[in-house]
Amino acid sequence: MSILVNENTKVLCQGITGSAGSFHSKQMLEYGTKLVGGVTPGKGGTTFEGKVPVFNTVADAVKQTGANTSVIFVPPPFAADSIMEAADAGVSLIITITEGIPVLDMVRAKRYLQGKPGVRLIGPNCPGVITPGAKCKIGIMPGHIHKAGRIGVVSRSGTLTYEAVHQLTQLGLGQSTAVGIGGDPVNGTDFVDVLKLFNADPDTDAVIMIGEIGGSAEELGAEYVAREFTKPIAGFIAGQSAPPGKRMGHAGAIISGGKGTATEKIKAMEAAGIVMAASPAELGTTLQEAVKRGPKKR
Amino acid sequence: MKIHEYQGKEIFRKYGVPTPKGILALSPNEAEAAAKELGTSVVVVKAQIHAGGRGKGGGVKLAKSPAEAKELAKQMLGMMLKTIQTGPEGTKVHKVYIEEGLAIGQELYLGVTLDRVTSRVTFMASREGGVEIEEVAEKHPEKILRETVDPAVGFLDFQGRNLAFGLGLTGPTVNKFAQFCTALYKMFIETDASLVEINPLVILKDGGVVALDAKVTFDENALYRHKDLLNYRDLAEEDARETQAKEWDLAYIALEGNIGCMVNGAGLAMATMDTIKLVGGSPANFLDVGGGASKEKVTAAFKLILADPAVKAVLVNIFGGIMKCDVIADGIIAAAKEVQLKVPLIVRLEGTNVEQGKELLRNSGLAITPADNLRQAAEKAVAALK
Repeated sequence: MSILVNENTKVLCQGITGSAGSFHSKQMLEYGTKLVGGVTPGKGGTTFEGKVPVFNTVADAVKQTGANTSVIFVPPPFAADSIMEAADAGVSLIITITEGIPVLDMVRAKRYLQGKPGVRLIGPNCPGVITPGAKCKIGIMPGHIHKAGRIGVVSRSGTLTYEAVHQLTQLGLGQSTAVGIGGDPVNGTDFVDVLKLFNADPDTDAVIMIGEIGGSAEELGAEYVAREFTKPIAGFIAGQSAPPGKRMGHAGAIISGGKGTATEKIKAMEAAGIVMAASPAELGTTLQEAVKRGPKKR
Repeated sequence: MKIHEYQGKEIFRKYGVPTPKGILALSPNEAEAAAKELGTSVVVVKAQIHAGGRGKGGGVKLAKSPAEAKELAKQMLGMMLKTIQTGPEGTKVHKVYIEEGLAIGQELYLGVTLDRVTSRVTFMASREGGVEIEEVAEKHPEKILRETVDPAVGFLDFQGRNLAFGLGLTGPTVNKFAQFCTALYKMFIETDASLVEINPLVILKDGGVVALDAKVTFDENALYRHKDLLNYRDLAEEDARETQAKEWDLAYIALEGNIGCMVNGAGLAMATMDTIKLVGGSPANFLDVGGGASKEKVTAAFKLILADPAVKAVLVNIFGGIMKCDVIADGIIAAAKEVQLKVPLIVRLEGTNVEQGKELLRNSGLAITPADNLRQAAEKAVAALK
């Protein structure tokens, strides 16, 4: 039916009274997301938009609402603490939208999550996760460009995800789930994790994977695709013209020590049988091409 | 944020990481005085620029007398120092660092950075000190020793000994090296560093362990809690437009080409540059105006792009997500009027109310070329140069 989020997903918003948190909480409610509570320390007992209860702690919110997912809009200095608070309160999926969290804060948070099996972090610095068929939108993506369907999307970049989704929708191809894994050097979920979920999802027929320069997450994803992935898959890498040593907007998008170049990533992905788009204008049509070539032979 | 070697060593000393004695000099006379004060038979004159590879570029030289130190400083100060990391025009040298000469026994490499695969801080050490570590990593990865730090307990003594014995160190030097690493880890964590590279780290003939170099970079996202480190920022070393962009909360990187780019989202911004290249053009910059793309930000972005005299056309690529395209179009028109745009402007909008947005652009009375998709926009921008 989908991956990560579905009609049983009950969402908390940490930072619901902040400007980004409140704006996007309204958008999520309008889309149909089951937003059951918010957390802002000191504002417990109030309600958001007259219907969503606000709590002081995540533990309280979980106890009162039965929420199983949290979306975090808390400002960078406090975001890592919010992630750990959510994990400690027993939330199983934590989606962190916040951009600009100090790297060493995330190193500690990720170490903390290793002691909490069953908890998955998506992001930080990501657009979130959406399953159009379940009317479940968790994050900052524009809901209306999506359409329920059977194509999975996984991406390190926000607006490039929207490009892919928009093109798919225009071609009449709906999405099972679209996942933004985020542009930071330390993140909770990588390409391999999401590809595994799509591979096992009977309602996802094909996948678009969008990466960018920096790190080796795309290469590891390609290794996995070559080894186990059975569905048609199209890909794109942003940053072919990026100079080395310069951080291209995202903290994680940097070519350092000659590593993490677009050329290396494209080579690895092509070798794994991923059909690569030459430009982002061709994400949708490249997916169609991948589907035409059929399931991966092995 | 990058800092100079002499600043890195100042921080090292605060944390008990041993360094040679050194004095900063801004003139040849100061260099001569510094050499006299240090009093060693040999001193080293080191150009202070942020780029690495200074030795090969002629930015690190030995002086056998204070007079020679003065002469070398005279040559270096004001020169355009070219290294593998500066680009072809080089970087102007404003400061030199005069350092005592030491009796060096062995040159090693030590680096501390984030390992993205494990999401942990990692120490890397190699016997191949003083050379390009990237080259070692490429050709002989087995020659690089690694110790990954568990953030729950920090860098442990045995990890320091593992590295020391792996490097072939013996006797009391083993523990000195381990202490060196422990002090360095404390500094790395407490300053929110993202990279510390010591190349070379030297073992003295008397067995001492000393950082002969210091390349330190801090995590920009953590600077809010290190106000003291902001004093180390050297604006002369940074691109003026990149610095200005930060004030407006824009991510901007200057490039070599002539098509200015304004895009929302880092991934899409990179993809826009790529597409310009793909159709035979050359981007003048990377610029992410962020998710909102408000009129104020678009105006600031236009000013930034047009400050580059090489720009002969501007390509705007906005995916209107939450924000509607007609609102964005209004912002672009107002901004273009305010900055009195004189070069061709190609705009590709996508998302909600895209038709109204395009209509507004067409009727604006400005020379704006709308495009339907990114490839077409890039082609039109390249065509507009002719």
